[in-house]
Amino acid sequence: MSAGWTREQMAARAAQDIPDGSYVNLGIGIPELVAQYVPEGREFIYHTENGLLGMGPPPAEEALDLDLMNAGKKYVTAVPGAAYFHHADSFSMIRGGHLDVCVLGTMQVASNGDIANWSTGAPDAIPAVGGAMDLVQGVKNIYVITQHTTKTGEPKLVHQCSYPLTGAGVVSRIFTNLAVVDITSEGFQVIELAPGITFAEVESKTGTTILPPK
Amino acid sequence: MINKVYSTVAEAIADIPDGATVMVGGFGASGSPIELIHALIDQGATDLTVINNNTGNGEVGLAALIGNGQVNKMICSFPRSSQSKVFPKFYKEGKIELELVPQGTLAERIRAAGAGIPAFYTPTTVGTVLSEGKEVREFDGRPYVMEPWLKADFALINCEVADPLGNLTYNKTARNFSPLMCMAATTTIVQAKRLVERGEIDPEHVVTPGIFVNRVVEVPHQVHEDTLIVQGRSYP
Repeated sequence: MSAGWTREQMAARAAQDIPDGSYVNLGIGIPELVAQYVPEGREFIYHTENGLLGMGPPPAEEALDLDLMNAGKKYVTAVPGAAYFHHADSFSMIRGGHLDVCVLGTMQVASNGDIANWSTGAPDAIPAVGGAMDLVQGVKNIYVITQHTTKTGEPKLVHQCSYPLTGAGVVSRIFTNLAVVDITSEGFQVIELAPGITFAEVESKTGTTILPPK
Repeated sequence: MINKVYSTVAEAIADIPDGATVMVGGFGASGSPIELIHALIDQGATDLTVINNNTGNGEVGLAALIGNGQVNKMICSFPRSSQSKVFPKFYKEGKIELELVPQGTLAERIRAAGAGIPAFYTPTTVGTVLSEGKEVREFDGRPYVMEPWLKADFALINCEVADPLGNLTYNKTARNFSPLMCMAATTTIVQAKRLVERGEIDPEHVVTPGIFVNRVVEVPHQVHEDTLIVQGRSYP
C-alpha cells in the first residue's frame, strides 16, 4: 500500500495551519489528536460544547473530577485561565462566530464544501446530531481531517454527498492521509502531497475532479 | 420568609402528573439529577415528554425512567452513546418517539422560552433535512431557519450549592443546560449537594438567581451516575 501520512501526522499537519492564539474546537476521533501537536511557540485555547473554554488533557487519576468532561463525555482538565459557562453561552461562542477553527472528522465532503458527518440516512439507524450542525455554520474556519477513502476504498472526497448533509458549502480545507486539499471556486485543489504520494494516486482515489498542486 | 426547601425528593416531585413535559438537566452523566429521577420512578407518572441532551446511560437515572415505560417522547440532540442501551431498544421497538434537535438549537430554544421570546432564526440546519418544513428567511443575504421556544411544566436540576431562596451554583461542566432549564419550566425542582444559609453564596457568584427556582431539596451523599454505571447498578 501507499505511504502517506499516519493519523498522528495528519493531526500534526493540520495543527501547522492553525494560527497562534486561535480559539479551537476539536471533533471526536483524529481531530482530538491535534492538541498533541501544537507547533512550538503557539498557544491554542480549546473550547468544548458542554461549557468549557480552556480545556486541558485527560486528568491524572488523583485529579479526576467526574463533573469535568468534554463533549465526547471523556474526563478532561481545565487549564489555568479556563472558564465554565452554560450551553447557551457555549453555542453563542459557536454560532456567533467567536471560534476561529473547528476540526472535524467526516464520512463525506464534497468539492463545493458540503459536509456529511452525522448520519448515513439508513432507515434503521437512530439519528444523532449533537453540536455538529451548529459548529459547521458558526465557526470561522471548518477544517476536516479524514482518511482519503473509506475502509472499503470508496472515495470520501466526492462531487456530491450521498449521505444527509451536516452543512452546505462550509468546509475550507481537508487534511487526508494523502494530501492537503482546499475547497476553491473551481472545486478540490491539492495544495500539498504527503511524502511518497503522487498526484495521480490522489486523483485516482478522489470521487470527482481534483486540481494538481500549483 | 421565603423558604423553597423541601425535606425529601419524594415530596419535591410528588405533583408531577401523567402527560407532563419535564426538562432534565445534565450532559451525559455530568449534572444529572439522579435522585430526583429515581423519585419520579417511584412516583410513577407516565406519558411524559422528556427534554435532555441525551437519553441516559446504563440502567439508572434517565435511562431507568425510560426503561420503566414512563416516557412517550424524548426531545434531545444525541440519543446514542456507548453506554446508552435502553433508549435504542425502545426506539427500535417503536415504544418511544424522538424529536432530534441540534445541540445549540436545543439550548437556545430552552433559553428563548425562559426569556419570553417565542421564536428565533438560526443558521444551524440550513440546507439539511432537519430544516425541512421550517420557515427560512434571509438576513443580510444569508438564510436562517426559524425555531420556536421550548417550554416545560417541570425541570429537574442538580446543582452544587443552593440557598433557601433558590440561588444556585454548579460544579464545572455539570452546569451545561441546567441554568437554561431553570428559566424555561413552570416549576423548577433542584437537588443540591449542599444547602447553605441565605447570604452564604456571594451574590457575585450566583449562577442561577433564585427567581428561576421553585423547590430545593438537599441531597448530600449523591452517587455520580458514572459511578453507578461502573458498579453495574440498576433502578428500581
